[in-house]
Amino acid sequence: MTCHSHFKSLAIAAAIALPLSGLSIYSPALAQQTVKIGSVLSVTGPASFLGEPEDKTLRMYVDKINAAGGVAGKKIELVIYDDGGDANKARTFATRLIEDDKVVAMVGGSTTGTTMAMVPVFEEAQVPFISLAGAIEVVDPVRKFIFKTPHTDKMACEKIFENLKQRNFTKIAMISGTDGFGASMRAQCVKVAPTYGVQIIAEETYGPRDSDMTAQLTKIKGVAGVQAVVNPGFGQGPAIVTRNYAQLGMSATPLYQSHGVASKSFIELAGPAAEGVRLPAAALLVGDKLPDGDPQKKVVVDYKQTFEATAKQPVSTFGGHAYDGLYIMVEAMKRANSTDAKKVRDEIEKTKGFVGTGGIVTMSPTDHLGLDLSAFRMLEVKGGDWTLLPPGT
Amino acid sequence: MPEFFQFLVSGLTIGAVYALVALGFTLVYNASDVVNFAQGEFVMLGGMVTVFVHAAGVPLPLAALVAVIVSVVLGLSLYWLAIAPARGASAVSLIIITIGASILLRGAAQIVFDKQFHKLPAFSGDTPVQMLGAAVQPQSFWVIGGTAVMVLLLYVFLERTLLGKAVLATSANRFAARLVGINTTTIMALAFGGSAAIGGVAGILITPITLTSYDVGTLLALKGFAAAMLGGMGNPLGAVAGGLLLGLLEAFGAGYISSTYKDAFAFIVILAVLFAAPQGLFGRRTIERV
Repeated sequence: MTCHSHFKSLAIAAAIALPLSGLSIYSPALAQQTVKIGSVLSVTGPASFLGEPEDKTLRMYVDKINAAGGVAGKKIELVIYDDGGDANKARTFATRLIEDDKVVAMVGGSTTGTTMAMVPVFEEAQVPFISLAGAIEVVDPVRKFIFKTPHTDKMACEKIFENLKQRNFTKIAMISGTDGFGASMRAQCVKVAPTYGVQIIAEETYGPRDSDMTAQLTKIKGVAGVQAVVNPGFGQGPAIVTRNYAQLGMSATPLYQSHGVASKSFIELAGPAAEGVRLPAAALLVGDKLPDGDPQKKVVVDYKQTFEATAKQPVSTFGGHAYDGLYIMVEAMKRANSTDAKKVRDEIEKTKGFVGTGGIVTMSPTDHLGLDLSAFRMLEVKGGDWTLLPPGT
Repeated sequence: MPEFFQFLVSGLTIGAVYALVALGFTLVYNASDVVNFAQGEFVMLGGMVTVFVHAAGVPLPLAALVAVIVSVVLGLSLYWLAIAPARGASAVSLIIITIGASILLRGAAQIVFDKQFHKLPAFSGDTPVQMLGAAVQPQSFWVIGGTAVMVLLLYVFLERTLLGKAVLATSANRFAARLVGINTTTIMALAFGGSAAIGGVAGILITPITLTSYDVGTLLALKGFAAAMLGGMGNPLGAVAGGLLLGLLEAFGAGYISSTYKDAFAFIVILAVLFAAPQGLFGRRTIERV
């Protein structure tokens, strides 16, 4: 039995055992020549759309790295726990990773809630933790051992407003979901709007499970002077907003969606109503449409092919965040030529020009995210598919 | 004024959705005094099975039929495997069993299908119909019409057929019903199968508007239950009135008051109504004879 297949069978055994018992299975004999990377993900439960592709991505790429000889002369041993989206469980598993599994590094934390619950554990243990959660709170204020890979909702607002400014729109309406994602992004948008000279003259909300938003949209329609409508939201809500928007004949006013719906299923669900909708999204979704000179092209196309071939499901940005986190970690270990937690942490902070699926990452002691607005591409739905908006339109 | 009509139309559409779900509660409640909290799951099954069977290349009407059959089979299994073995238990225990069943069905759907949202094509196109300045989705007519047809069928069944009378008799007093020769076990099975069918049909009709996923049942069941309580549990007409009223409250609440508080507004009105008339708007008055 080769080491590779041994790991695979372990991973499968763990995959079966995890949801049942939450216990990890590993052979102590392996522990000597391996480097242990821990992860706590929301593989099941309400945030499973985040955790599932992250879980698949980590397993897939750890196998790959190990097949290519591992890192710093050691094979990676991945310890993944499923928190089911529960912050309390996440914290328990984080403690277990530190105390029982003695991991040297952590890549995980699918949601902001689970991540924030685990942050104190890793800060105290001084183990580097690359989070896969969206909110800015994870890295603001900067904590010594905490990093993250996904772009923030603040950046998405800025990208949208940048586009509004280019089109000379100053008066907009917002319709936001009241779920965590929608509420957080709404707050960020309201905060940064004045910087871009944008005035929000009408604001509506809808519940995350509402199935009709025509009442709210009718109100927006009745407000004079609205030049564009922005919809921070997530899940099926924005698709229904988009459909109701077309139903009410409002399509003459540009509609902006958020990166929260940047997946093929949004176009499928919204159907022809999605035509002309603009939104900021990571390069990963339009990999094949990027010009050949784009620095991210190779990374995102490779990741998309690998993921789709192995997982047999369409690629999502969430799995991409896990890819970025794993490789930032592994490259830091390579540079440090060590698996000492503190040395690895220092090297993560020195990450410079790392080309990931989410953008080009350059971290610093004051920036533990390392992405700028170029991480987002402005897309428009045309002919039932995403098209890349040329800059300045 | 066009705003008013748009709110009205939105309210009626979403209200018809709630009414369809509320209707599903009626039959089981009538036969057994049990509120079947797995009702939302049958709505989910109707939508999801249709989506997946349709995606496999089966024409939509046939896929819808398959979905209704699957719902009915599962409704009957729910009765035979979980409710019937506990037949001596109190209504509260049976209600708890239905909650368990709903969690089971939801979990199974998550594995059998997937966790994504899905849609069905609208039955007669997506071009909105303009009425009095309001834009109406053609699917709204299907939902409203479907609700009307089902209410009528249910009403005729309960009030005009011997079998329907047997259902009501079983509900009134199961022991006495058995004494006069009604096979209460069959009646109960019939009620579960029938309400599963109503749920399945509801799921098929509303999916083009609401979209569907493995977990849509929870909220729909909650809203449908609120609608059924508002209208008076057990009365098909009450279920429809409650559903439409709840939908209108939400739409006008969002339109004229604040979209942030629309659910709170709707539920405050429901509480007020139930204070004044604890049996709901069209509820049967229970008379205890001493």
